[in-house]
Amino acid sequence: MPELALFLFWPALAGYLEAALAYAGETVRPGRPARFAVWGVRLGWLAQTALLAAQAVRADGFPWASWAGSLNLFVWLTVGAYLIWGCRASFRLLGLVVMPLAVVLFLLAWAAGGAGDEPRSSFGDVFLAFHVVLVLAAFAGFTVAAALAGLYLWQERRLKRHAPDVLRLRAPSLASLDRFTGRTIAVSLPALTIGIGIGFGRLGTRGGGFDAIIAVTLVAWVVYAAFLILRYGAGWYGRRSAYLALAGFLLVLVVRVGLPPVAHF
Amino acid sequence: MHVLLVGTSHHRAPVELRERLAFGAEPGADLASRLAGAAGEAVALSTCNRTCLYLAHSDPETARSLAVAALAELSGLAQEELGPALYVMLDEDAARHLFGVAAGLDSMIPGEAQILGQVRVAWEAAAAEGATGVVLNRLFRQALHVGKRVRTETSIGENPASISSAAAELAASVFGDLSGKRVLVIGAGKMGELTVLNLVLRGAERPVVVNRSLEGAERLAERFGGRAAGLDVLDQELERADVVVASTGAEEIVLAADRVERAMRRRRHRPIFFIDIAVPRDLDPRINGIDGCYLYDIDDLEQVVKESVAGRREEAVRAEEIVVEETEKFRAWQASLDVVPAIASLRALAEGIRAGELERARGLLGSLSENERRAVESLTSQIVNKLLHLPTVRMKEAAAASDGLIYAEAVRHLFGLGEEGR
Repeated sequence: MPELALFLFWPALAGYLEAALAYAGETVRPGRPARFAVWGVRLGWLAQTALLAAQAVRADGFPWASWAGSLNLFVWLTVGAYLIWGCRASFRLLGLVVMPLAVVLFLLAWAAGGAGDEPRSSFGDVFLAFHVVLVLAAFAGFTVAAALAGLYLWQERRLKRHAPDVLRLRAPSLASLDRFTGRTIAVSLPALTIGIGIGFGRLGTRGGGFDAIIAVTLVAWVVYAAFLILRYGAGWYGRRSAYLALAGFLLVLVVRVGLPPVAHF
Repeated sequence: MHVLLVGTSHHRAPVELRERLAFGAEPGADLASRLAGAAGEAVALSTCNRTCLYLAHSDPETARSLAVAALAELSGLAQEELGPALYVMLDEDAARHLFGVAAGLDSMIPGEAQILGQVRVAWEAAAAEGATGVVLNRLFRQALHVGKRVRTETSIGENPASISSAAAELAASVFGDLSGKRVLVIGAGKMGELTVLNLVLRGAERPVVVNRSLEGAERLAERFGGRAAGLDVLDQELERADVVVASTGAEEIVLAADRVERAMRRRRHRPIFFIDIAVPRDLDPRINGIDGCYLYDIDDLEQVVKESVAGRREEAVRAEEIVVEETEKFRAWQASLDVVPAIASLRALAEGIRAGELERARGLLGSLSENERRAVESLTSQIVNKLLHLPTVRMKEAAAASDGLIYAEAVRHLFGLGEEGR
């Protein structure tokens, strides 16, 4: 592994790991650990940003075309999406779901060679930039939405079971979690739609095979579209919409880590 | 100048005695003024759980006698009778006590918020009467700072400490902002009233009160500018409500789960938060099992409050650290007062020499322009300031380490301060 990994990968991983542990600590003793966690996320994300920038500078083309490389980019986008409002005091516990996932996927990306020098892709850079980045950004949004849905179910369970510490270990209100899950998916689905559209355009002009990744991505699209219709059209609130968001995320996970990487173009 | 505290609180005195020692803001300011007239500075603080007199005086024993006499007069008891209920603290201990009071650490429920306002009012009232000076102003300003710091840096005041505020907080855990949320009150009990008050204070809409007797419903509805109705409209109101508070005196369940289930279908499963503070319970416990319904009875709420108060006690340990840190700062400041006169004399001496020498050289400097003369003034001032900077800092440091008086005496001796008349 080149020196890039040594100088940028490890600090990023250390930041994310520290944040994941501190969020876990927050559940035991609320207050101070969350502040350390927020700084872990910020510093880790900055280090990963530097890593991606260095990869981009050193690569002769789009550097995240491989499965591992795109996983690296996906982690960065997910943590970035979380950073938008996840560091707010009332949403801190979201990190309990997002950061351990980020650590595992980031390690996976590194183990598969996605955090070092990436080989040049044989595809057009602009095409890849739009297709890959849009699809990955949508997946990052769905990941955060799943974390919100998970947090909703956890908090709802605590309220239903009358957990005595329900007010000590504070989570966002159910209404906020439900609302933000819907909004995050409403923003992410158009990105996925455009990403898929560009992909199909590419398939049409350059040819290529219809594979399992494309199929599962399309199923995920259908699930999220159904989510939005049911959420905003049929008034699905709370638990039901949270389960649907999690079901969609399972498909995202299948696409990202469950299926063998294939180049469909 | 010493700081002295003489007072009593719920730790030492029964409520009967605390009642006799209690006073309002105005009499408190008068008392402070009277004590300050003789003692130098004074602030009189009276809350539900304590009465404290803070005095700044050069002779602590005299100040103590004055304060004890004032409290004895206030209570109508002989000093000997009152004595065992009083605590007397000096300087650092008095400061630590006040900082703890301002932080809510001395309250029955740690982190109680009202106390900080009461400390401020007592200080401002005394200051308005001219009863405070450098020492107590500094002490109380710092006490208010400690109170704010503790509430910012710890979560001691975040968790609810009463059934009614816990109920409102739990409702907020479901809905977030309670603005515009509709409150339905079943029954017109006193506890229900307190809970509604907490909900309304958080922005909930004026309540609809349904009760067997319309008269009771009207009384409660009127208090919050809400609407009263009979129990016959309960199902319709349930369709619209977001928070339901039940506190009737009924012996049996007033609202069964199947009625709620029907209402939930009609309202497309929009959530409802149910608060049942009646004993025996008014609401069917099976309501909690319905999707979108959250039911808390009095026992559930008590558990939440108990846990919250335990959390406050844990936070109190961190708050105590802040109090200790701030007490040390006050102690250092108070000690530095010992060397202030010596520093002031030294600076006055240096300034006198500087001005005198300039005056003597006026003939030589006569040809200087206005700008050049100003430059010479500035230059000589800077030399004096630089020369005195380190001795000043060192004397203050020594004062903080309890050696202030020795250093001050040495400076007086070395520079002949106070010997002008000799």
